[in-house]
Amino acid sequence: MTDQTPVRASTGCRDTPVLKQRGQREVFCGLTGIIWLHRKMQDAFFLVVGSRTCAHLLQSAAGVMIFAEPRFGTAILEETDLAGLADAQTELDRVVGELLSRRPDIRQLFLVGSCPSEVIKLDLQLAAERLTEQHAPHVRVLNFSGSGIETTFTQGEDACLASMVPVLPKTDARQLLLVGALPDVVEEQAVSLLEQMGVGPIRVLPAPRADSDLGLGENTVFALTQPFLGDTHAALERRGARHIAAPFPFGEEGTTAWLRAVADEFGVDDATFDRVTEAPRARARKAVAQAAQTLSGKSVFFFPDSQLEIPLARFLTRECGMTAIEVGAPFIHKALVGPDLDLLEQGPVISEGQDVDLQLDRCRAARPDLTVCGLGLANPLEAEGMATKWAIELVFTPVHFYEQAGDLAGLFSRPLRRAGLLKVEAAE
Amino acid sequence: MKLTVWTYEGPPHVGAMRVATGMKGLHYVLHAPQGDTYADLLFTMIERRNHRPPVTFTTFQARDLGSDTADLFKQAAQDAYDRFKPEAIIVGASCTAELIQDDPGGLAETMGLPVPTIALELPSYQRKENFGADETFFQIVRHLAKPVEKTAQVSANLIGPTALGFRHRDDIDEVTALLSDMGISVNVVAPMTSSPSDIARLGAAHLNVLMYPETAETAARWMERELGIPFTKVVPIGVGATRDFVAEVAALANVEPYLDDSRLRLPWYSRSVDSTYLTGKRVFVFGDGTHVKAAARIARDEMGFEVVGLGCYNREQAREIRAVAKEFGVEPLITDDYLEVERTIEALAPEMILGTQMERHIGKRLGIPCAVISAPVHVQDFPARYSPQMGIEGANVIFDTWVHPLVMGLEEHLLTMFREDFEFHDDAGASHHGGKALLRAEEEGSSAPDASEPVATMAPVPGGEVIWLADAERELKKIPFFVRGKARRNTETYAASRGVMQISVDTLYEAKAHYAR
Ligand code: SF4
Repeated sequence: MTDQTPVRASTGCRDTPVLKQRGQREVFCGLTGIIWLHRKMQDAFFLVVGSRTCAHLLQSAAGVMIFAEPRFGTAILEETDLAGLADAQTELDRVVGELLSRRPDIRQLFLVGSCPSEVIKLDLQLAAERLTEQHAPHVRVLNFSGSGIETTFTQGEDACLASMVPVLPKTDARQLLLVGALPDVVEEQAVSLLEQMGVGPIRVLPAPRADSDLGLGENTVFALTQPFLGDTHAALERRGARHIAAPFPFGEEGTTAWLRAVADEFGVDDATFDRVTEAPRARARKAVAQAAQTLSGKSVFFFPDSQLEIPLARFLTRECGMTAIEVGAPFIHKALVGPDLDLLEQGPVISEGQDVDLQLDRCRAARPDLTVCGLGLANPLEAEGMATKWAIELVFTPVHFYEQAGDLAGLFSRPLRRAGLLKVEAAE
Repeated sequence: MKLTVWTYEGPPHVGAMRVATGMKGLHYVLHAPQGDTYADLLFTMIERRNHRPPVTFTTFQARDLGSDTADLFKQAAQDAYDRFKPEAIIVGASCTAELIQDDPGGLAETMGLPVPTIALELPSYQRKENFGADETFFQIVRHLAKPVEKTAQVSANLIGPTALGFRHRDDIDEVTALLSDMGISVNVVAPMTSSPSDIARLGAAHLNVLMYPETAETAARWMERELGIPFTKVVPIGVGATRDFVAEVAALANVEPYLDDSRLRLPWYSRSVDSTYLTGKRVFVFGDGTHVKAAARIARDEMGFEVVGLGCYNREQAREIRAVAKEFGVEPLITDDYLEVERTIEALAPEMILGTQMERHIGKRLGIPCAVISAPVHVQDFPARYSPQMGIEGANVIFDTWVHPLVMGLEEHLLTMFREDFEFHDDAGASHHGGKALLRAEEEGSSAPDASEPVATMAPVPGGEVIWLADAERELKKIPFFVRGKARRNTETYAASRGVMQISVDTLYEAKAHYAR
């Protein structure tokens, strides 16, 4: 059993012309990433400098008020801040000072830019530099943009991770860096598989705490665990680190290909690779096969949401027997999703960006068996008799690597099974 | 700049969306960046609406700024008109668009769309969601409502219900029934259920029932002035308020007051002996002004609770709520700062909270039961069953809802009797609630701290810090949890008033005797 890294199939979608339309989008802005990032980085606080809308978005996306005092908040701009910009910087110093004195556990503070802060050109980089000096060495202050005029949903995490790269210390050590904020359980699985193959040392970005001794340099190679990390990818390359391109670790095939690419980089032989992966691969295949019974032969239509669409379409078509009608992504970064596009058989429309009304027209005309879309569209489409899977769950749930492959397939099969189960009409 | 963690209200354009989404045949073109589309999910997920809100977001991006955001707006408005063919369009800006000053109203006017186009000016950096709803409805009414002939039969408009409103769906049915029993028909319900052409015939009604001042008071006042339609001031939530409402409507409509109270159960349920345990329960009331005002009256007069504090998050109702607080002899809390509400509740240590979903979470943390009486809404506030707050059935629903989080009367006694029992103890919680009961940890005997050693410092009490001695703290733990907060607070107040700095078991019982009723 020696599967090689899949070679580029001549039938892949890498060179398929991309449909680009411009109109209303139905997506979150990058601020949303704070919801999972703040859980992952336990000594970080995310301070959005924005409006009531930004605060309301965070609250609505967080599923309303889960945590007593979460490690995020919004400094809401008021009329007086808009009048004079010098004042806004002073105000920011005051808010940050109050916050840090109340939360001595905070070691990293992210100033997160929003549409309003960007439109009034409030310089958060300047503020971050000044505040870092003020609060050094206890707190490091960084800034990134999560604004809706610059970022879409998961691009917020990308901007956050990219903002951390330049301040990491230099190291010449040979190391593997895993990049992407994954749930701990998933991260541990990945690290464990690679360590069993003798790959290491392995480091993770984002590190759970600011004081970890994570460094970067020319002997660092990195593998992305999420397809939306384009800016982080560029920032890491600027620091001399080298990217290991691979399909993303969704499903049995994706996980194997991803691990294989990393293993090759570290000279792992086939026997070792097979010994480590054989059992979890078999488990993953079995678990996926179960859900695939429901999914096989069904069609799927992706609205753009998280940039996970292309790797997931690859998973659903190749491992679950589905047909893709349209694969929409908010942004297509070919250097990252190229290997997945290679594996995705030609046929589906590949679209980037959105005019939601036109896309809904296409979706209704195609009547897919399953539509993957955002929360704003799901119930309206269900009401029209179309089964949907809300996309945000794919970002909030552990879905990477072997042991979650079955869960991932299950997220897609459940709406279809449910539609089949419910019998609320008269028996007749 | 104000640091905010959780907010009671969204921005004003969300208020405008609540009006637009409640209506039919109206479309809202909102100049906004892509991320503001999150607001759609409030309606499709929380309220489980089966259609998208009739809102087009222009979705401008950073690269459009300074070049063609105005064109983008016009294109979006034209596309929205062509696709949805609404009877009327409202246009406005979100917080970001307000900063780029494209003037959506002016732009829309130059387009010459063949339907009424109403411009909204909603100052995002000063006002909030309720203002946005009130102002939007007012502008729609002002532009579209015309003097028309009155209906032959006495009729009323129900004004105020919106999408995403707290029980608005069911309150409409309840109030419609109250009016119908008096021979009054409903002319138009607005904004929810109405179309722009319905708005045009608001003037045919003989009176307006202002269901929610938060969202329709400005429109009600305008209609009173311009169309000569009087409006009701009493909101029929609770038995007393419903009776007052019936009298008020009868006077305004010049009909006989009539209330069919054959299905009204609250008064008897409240008098029946099992409810004795409700007597004097100390409650804290917080929410929007309208619901707080109603809830305070119900709490005191219809449930026999003691209102120990009240307040609202919407400043528009501050005057009203200050007056209510004065009548109840408590300090009003007018704030939209969640942490301030939490601090107040902690200090007052009520036995129950009547609040919003936010206070429900505060209650969870502090171990205080909470019943939800007001927006902001949560998916749980849209139950499948009929569940109004207004009128006769509303009063019944309120009785059940408020009693539910509490430990039942008889159960309360049993808990007291068996409070030392290892599985039937106070941490076990009420038997009718889900959740796993916890077995009480064995008391650690020998390791108990010295009885004279201070164990904890309490929240500052005027006059300095009062300290609980270990034996007093242990004695306090023997008191059932649902009265423990009250006992703790009373004892501390008592100690402070006598200049006692350390609370012993004796202090505890002296305080108990002092407050005995
Ligand atoms: S799109 Fe912009 S204004 Fe809206 S919530 Fe996101 S950052 Fe805030």
